[in-house]
Amino acid sequence: MTDQTHDSTDTAGAERPLVLNVTDLRGGYGQIQVLHGLDFNVFESEIVVILGANGAGKTTTLRAVSGMIDTTGAIEFRGESIQDAKAPDIVRKGVAHVPQGRGTLPELSVEDNLRVGAYIRKDNEVDQDIERWFDVYPVLRQRRNQRAGSLSGGEQQMLAVSRALMSRPDLLLLDEPSLGLAPLIVKDLFDRFAEINKETGMTMLVVEQNAQLALAVADRGYVIESGEISFDGPADELLHDDKIRKAYLGV
Amino acid sequence: MDFNLLLDRLFLGLSNGSTYALIALALVMIFKATTLINFAQGEFAMIGAFFVFVLSVEQGLPVWIAVFLGMVISALAAAGIERTLIRPFDPSDHLPLVIITLGLFLAINALAAMIWGFNTRAFPALFPSGNALTIGTATLSWYTVGVVFVTFATAGALTLLLNRTKIGLAFRAVSSNLESSELVGVRVGPTLQFGWAIAAAVGTLGASVYVANPILSLEPSVMIRVLIFAVSAAALGGLDSVWGAIAGGIAIGMVQSIVVPYAKIPNELALGAAVVVLMLVLLFKPSGLFGTPQVERV
Repeated sequence: MTDQTHDSTDTAGAERPLVLNVTDLRGGYGQIQVLHGLDFNVFESEIVVILGANGAGKTTTLRAVSGMIDTTGAIEFRGESIQDAKAPDIVRKGVAHVPQGRGTLPELSVEDNLRVGAYIRKDNEVDQDIERWFDVYPVLRQRRNQRAGSLSGGEQQMLAVSRALMSRPDLLLLDEPSLGLAPLIVKDLFDRFAEINKETGMTMLVVEQNAQLALAVADRGYVIESGEISFDGPADELLHDDKIRKAYLGV
Repeated sequence: MDFNLLLDRLFLGLSNGSTYALIALALVMIFKATTLINFAQGEFAMIGAFFVFVLSVEQGLPVWIAVFLGMVISALAAAGIERTLIRPFDPSDHLPLVIITLGLFLAINALAAMIWGFNTRAFPALFPSGNALTIGTATLSWYTVGVVFVTFATAGALTLLLNRTKIGLAFRAVSSNLESSELVGVRVGPTLQFGWAIAAAVGTLGASVYVANPILSLEPSVMIRVLIFAVSAAALGGLDSVWGAIAGGIAIGMVQSIVVPYAKIPNELALGAAVVVLMLVLLFKPSGLFGTPQVERV
């Protein structure tokens, strides 16, 4: 049983249920097409990373999945098409999106930011969950009544991640969590993602420019160039691939 | 300086300022949601007061029940206007929306004039007549006490609504970051519509207590001046702050009733004084006295 789990990690999650399956994804903003037919998938409890340079279409890909832009192609979440669904409905199906630049609500308190993260929930365990994420990120507890806009970048990213997790998602989308943060903070952030993934089995799809860190915690990776997947494979393979190393790891 | 006269002017400033504050509260609700000033807010409020007039004077309902029903009717009407005339437009592009609110201003004013004409109508009293307090020759009327009470009660109720309810939380989230709100599952359209409805209800309450003043009467243009004062009040208070609107409203009321006469500014220019205050605020303190300054660390 445990062996099988290990096996499935190594063989790109083939034995696990498929969470997200995207085929021939095309879309963009108005007249400008950014995505030119992407295929990728995410299996249960995997961390999958999408790497790419600025403007390659990473953010657009995540926005397509969470229903923020119009697309063609197929986006299936747990076997159900979410391609035409709007963002608020996709959240209700279990996809939480931490947008680029954190997207915290600067005028609201830290606690209210978390509370709004639970907006779609109808159970009465919201307070419990808030305390749970305060345990994971104690600095947020200290600042619970402070306005989110007054937090540092790293703290805002912790808040944005906690807020997304407050919806008790089935799939967490993370858009360049490392953006604008000091290397030590980024390292800590990714370690925490790996911990959350290990402890809760949370499935994560991360887009990143920081390939080294992202691949260190990821199971698999895709490389996106000009709106197309140019490369994909297990994370450690990508880490050691010469082409990838030259293009994204700066070595 | 005549102390009695000063007191009288102070009380006048309180009652005028409170009605400006109520309309400013309505403006703040829309501004919080859309960072838009609804120039038709005064006319929404005026026609709401006409609903109240029809229900109480013509249909014979008790006046406070008429006020309540008038608030509900204007909330529903505003929700309909939001759905049909506001929501189809891109919320981040303000010019078309400002033009729509200006169009609504003219349309509602014309509609009221067509239905009710420009004859003035006495509005039923909402508060007991007579004076609550007499100091020397200065008098504090029950009307003033009532208006101040209604204003503070409304601000208190709005504060509770925004800070203690789920729809209030969603509304504050949408005001703070539209896209992030969608990403946590808030349906932005209906949430903004809620803001428009609440604003219209508060506006109708404001216009009703304003024209219930025994020295005023109801006619289609009664709220135009008030809107100018209310916009200044809302800007002074910070445009997105409930209690800022109250402070701004009372401050503008005081400018009008105390500063204008003592500075020997002709009364015809009182409206100009409000606009001057507005300009000074926008120039020196754009976020107002209690508004949220745009500070954000990334």
